[in-house]
Amino acid sequence: MTEPHQETPEELDRQNARPVDEAAPTGGSAAAPAAKSAPAGDVLLEVDHVTLRFGGVVALNDVSFSLRKGEIFGLIGPNGAGKTTCFNAMTGVYRPTEGAIRFQGESIVGKKKHQITRGGIARTFQNVRLFPEMTALENVMVGADAHHKTSVISALFRLPRFWREEKSGKERSLELLRFVGIAHRAGDVSRNLSYGEQRRLEIARALATNPTLLCLDEPAAGFNPAEKEDLLQLIRRIRDTGVTVLLIEHDMRLVMGVTDRIVVLEFGKKIAEGTPAEVRDNPAVIAAYLGVPTDAA
Amino acid sequence: MSEKASFRTSGGVRGWFGRQPWYVRAVVILVFTVLAYLLPYAGDVPLIGPQIITEGVDWPSALFNMSYYVLLALGLNVVVGYAGLLDLGYVGFFAVGAYGTALLTSPDSVIYADTGWKWLMAVPAALVLTMIAGVILGWPTLRLRGDYLAIVTLGFAEIIRIVATSTTTLRGDRGFASIPHPPGSWNGEPIFGVTDAIPYFWLGLTVIILVILGVRNLDRSRVGRSWLAIREDEEAAEVMGVRTFKYKLWAFAIGAFIGGLGGVLFAGEQSFINSQTFVLQFSILVLAGVVMGGSGNMAGAILGGVLISYIPDRLRGLSFGDTDLYEYRFAIFGAAIILIMVLRPQGLIPSRRRAMELKDREKEVAPQ
Repeated sequence: MTEPHQETPEELDRQNARPVDEAAPTGGSAAAPAAKSAPAGDVLLEVDHVTLRFGGVVALNDVSFSLRKGEIFGLIGPNGAGKTTCFNAMTGVYRPTEGAIRFQGESIVGKKKHQITRGGIARTFQNVRLFPEMTALENVMVGADAHHKTSVISALFRLPRFWREEKSGKERSLELLRFVGIAHRAGDVSRNLSYGEQRRLEIARALATNPTLLCLDEPAAGFNPAEKEDLLQLIRRIRDTGVTVLLIEHDMRLVMGVTDRIVVLEFGKKIAEGTPAEVRDNPAVIAAYLGVPTDAA
Repeated sequence: MSEKASFRTSGGVRGWFGRQPWYVRAVVILVFTVLAYLLPYAGDVPLIGPQIITEGVDWPSALFNMSYYVLLALGLNVVVGYAGLLDLGYVGFFAVGAYGTALLTSPDSVIYADTGWKWLMAVPAALVLTMIAGVILGWPTLRLRGDYLAIVTLGFAEIIRIVATSTTTLRGDRGFASIPHPPGSWNGEPIFGVTDAIPYFWLGLTVIILVILGVRNLDRSRVGRSWLAIREDEEAAEVMGVRTFKYKLWAFAIGAFIGGLGGVLFAGEQSFINSQTFVLQFSILVLAGVVMGGSGNMAGAILGGVLISYIPDRLRGLSFGDTDLYEYRFAIFGAAIILIMVLRPQGLIPSRRRAMELKDREKEVAPQ
């Protein structure tokens, strides 16, 4: 139990069958293997001295960190720490006041949201934002359409490209619904899905855009422990398909149980970075969460 | 197969229709199409016929009026129903289509000496013109959302009307006369004459069928999904890779194109247009038709288009005691709209999705 990150995905899945309480790492010795298992080297996304101000409010203050290919990366912090702001900057919703964000070596600052998505960054929303009157399948197909090239003309005249992309898009979307475990709801209007199903559908829709990096904004919000456990497994399975995962989360146990590395934000500043074990023992992090005044904060 | 079947689970007529094998559906569609083409002879049907046809208006003319209202409703449905862009100035595109035809074909036009085209030649040019008008209006304004877009489009329609009224080139109230009719002859007689409106109705109906097929193809594709996604949650759509601006612009251009078709047909039948034809109430009327019939659903839009044209025409020549009901047409019409909106807020033939949404709300408020 002390070295979860060194093991194969299958073993990880088996471990995840346990309740979350147990799954949370308990010892500092998880640190070293974690660093080994994350394929170090290839930097996928680099947040480089990013500052973001809204008028006089400094939402992010000189934040730097980088995500490596194939890891599950956690971004945590107390309420209002700037997690979602940071996340929005990385997905093109906000433009950093200063600093650079590079994805696969290329700056994404100033790019349009749909360009960033097609470039390989997909995201979900903190409050589920599906297309409520479209069916589950249609929702996922909107994501799959991101890489389609069917034009208005080829849709209007039903040209071969239309049939080809419609067929492959539908197959892929159904496959993704199966992957997240809600294939039986494919034909249902998404507003009629349960909360948990909607969360899963949002992940499927994001995966349909064929991302290199999947950003999940508090995906476990409102979940009970059993659902959280299912989600953990899903996140690991997503990583195993080769997708890097960025996780923003409140729930410390969940973050500690699944991530390879963590960055902690507080009041828009990075106060810690490292493996779950390192971060947990960091006095600044403890202070941030428990409110104990320290010099570090 | 079971997955495919599960896409169509709604009940009622549409549910039944969706479950039928393709040949049953084909036969049903064929029968309805033939019946639609036979509508000008509805008056000959015993008992029911005389109740249906308009007494005060030549029935085929009334049918032709319905046909261009239906076209407008179909076009506006793309913009408002699918893409969710509230366009209050839709008559502007109808006007551009009609004026484009007039400018190219009427002897009153300043460029008549250079063009002097026949109606059919003017059609593609006028349609391109309306699409350009759609893009010109959409390009700067589609960054606006909701009510703001509605106000700008309202302004657009008024600008078109005021320009038509006050510029000498567009001749204001004097208008353009002698716009040629569509071509073709039968036994030496022109098909599209002055007295008989039946061929115009058939032409309009044929155009409507083509438009229905085209819009249906777009709806059931990446394009339609993008429109719906934009309507549902524009930001989420963009984050999912939808080029929202591009598809909104396409919705505008396609809506403009269909509206322009209506204008071109209108000009070809009336042979005369002036600035009084394109008043703002026309836009509002078409929008009322779309909402009343069922926004986001082609069958609903068609029914709405038929009703907004049929109700006033049907009332013409009717009297109740000493009062001429036609004078009260807008009052009666308004009452009908209010009644429908109270009894059926989702429209007469609601979109499958919208009906479900409202049903959900009902469940939420129902006592447990």
